[in-house]
Amino acid sequence: MSLISLTPLDLSLAAGLVLLLALLTHRMQLGLSKQIIIAGLRTSVQLLLIGLVLKSIFANSAFIWIAIISSIMLFAAGREVMVRQKRYFKGFWGFGVGVISMFVSSFAVTVFALNVVINSEPWYHPQYAIPVLGMLLGNTMNGISLAMNQLLQNAWQQQEVIESRLMLGQTAREAISDIRRESMRSGMIPILNAMAAAGLVSLPGMMTGQILASSPPTEAVKYQILIMFLIVVGTGFGTIAAIGLTSHRLFDKRDRLRLDRLKIRKG
Amino acid sequence: MNLTLKSLSIHNGQSFDLTVPTGECVCISGASGTGKTLLLRAIADLDPHEGEVILGEAESQTMPANEWRQKVGLLPAESHWWFDTVGEHFSKSNPVMLKKVGFGEEVLGWQVKRLSTGEKQRLAIVRLLALQPGALLLDEPTANLDAENTKVVEQLINDYRKKTTAPVVWVSHDPRQIKRVGDRWFQIKEGKLVEGKIQ
Repeated sequence: MSLISLTPLDLSLAAGLVLLLALLTHRMQLGLSKQIIIAGLRTSVQLLLIGLVLKSIFANSAFIWIAIISSIMLFAAGREVMVRQKRYFKGFWGFGVGVISMFVSSFAVTVFALNVVINSEPWYHPQYAIPVLGMLLGNTMNGISLAMNQLLQNAWQQQEVIESRLMLGQTAREAISDIRRESMRSGMIPILNAMAAAGLVSLPGMMTGQILASSPPTEAVKYQILIMFLIVVGTGFGTIAAIGLTSHRLFDKRDRLRLDRLKIRKG
Repeated sequence: MNLTLKSLSIHNGQSFDLTVPTGECVCISGASGTGKTLLLRAIADLDPHEGEVILGEAESQTMPANEWRQKVGLLPAESHWWFDTVGEHFSKSNPVMLKKVGFGEEVLGWQVKRLSTGEKQRLAIVRLLALQPGALLLDEPTANLDAENTKVVEQLINDYRKKTTAPVVWVSHDPRQIKRVGDRWFQIKEGKLVEGKIQ
């Protein structure tokens, strides 16, 4: 079966449905219509722009350009992790924890997949490197954000409990161990649920996209399994890194709980 | 072992110098916000501070923080618990001490959420004393207790002090309690410890 190319009119019809939803939420006074329209516009503009960027990168697969676009994606993901936290670290750490964790979860795992599993030639071939990195950044970001948010919120709310444990001679690591464990679970559960439901309840987006773009379903499935494995590994490693860095920064060298290093996001 | 504070400073304008000789109980009072709790927290090294805190020969910064906090046992006015049952908070059972505060060993199987405030505080003291601290820092330990429970707690701490000769710093607002338990009494005024006469 050949690819059915979508025309601007086809996309306009889908956009019409989004507008209809915005209108409905406006009539129901849900306060969401503006956000729906802005999100729709952002999606369209951002994806059209990345389409153009990818088109030119595919035509000229110089390593430097792929490195630049990958770094931009990484920093954007790091920032996104930070802005999703109700409480976040002041200064470099606020941004740094997100970027380092996303680097572990996505960059390192992507480089491994390109070199060891996919074996593309060259290994940074943009047709593979950019989509795999994008999938990993987008999907591991949720787990990492959830885990960090849970850790920081619980540390804030359970200050007395943590300090009581410190007063009884526990180390910082022991005093926050239960909160760390719960946060790790929060970060991992969405991807574990998605893996359990894949193929039974839902058809994952990447696989659906490949099938719509005329790839044989068996090939699409193989790539989807690979991506799912990479996402769970990336989320796991990234969440471990995020929780490790966050709990390290929550205490100082004398194992004192330093909530004064946190800022609260207003609104 | 003496407990000595040398130019202990928590925030601007405060500087505390104090020696609590072995086995002595020093009571501290002061208006709200004068830094009584912060003083105890600084001694326990829970907040950043300047100056020195020495117990016996050991200065707080010369040993790992968790070992120091175990040496200077800090008890807040309200105890906190994180496991479901009482027993999970104790590394080993101590029937003698539990009996002193009116409990049998079966209390270790009780659910923490079913304990009253008084029961929690009595058990919190047993939990602390089980670590055999070399000094005690008590932040209004009987503030939320009735007269009967207050008496039990005072007796338990007094017994421990006599047995171990641990120096005690006891924050209290109650003049009668200060008279019952204190050897010396200080007030925090304008960031300094000012000694008063126990009446």
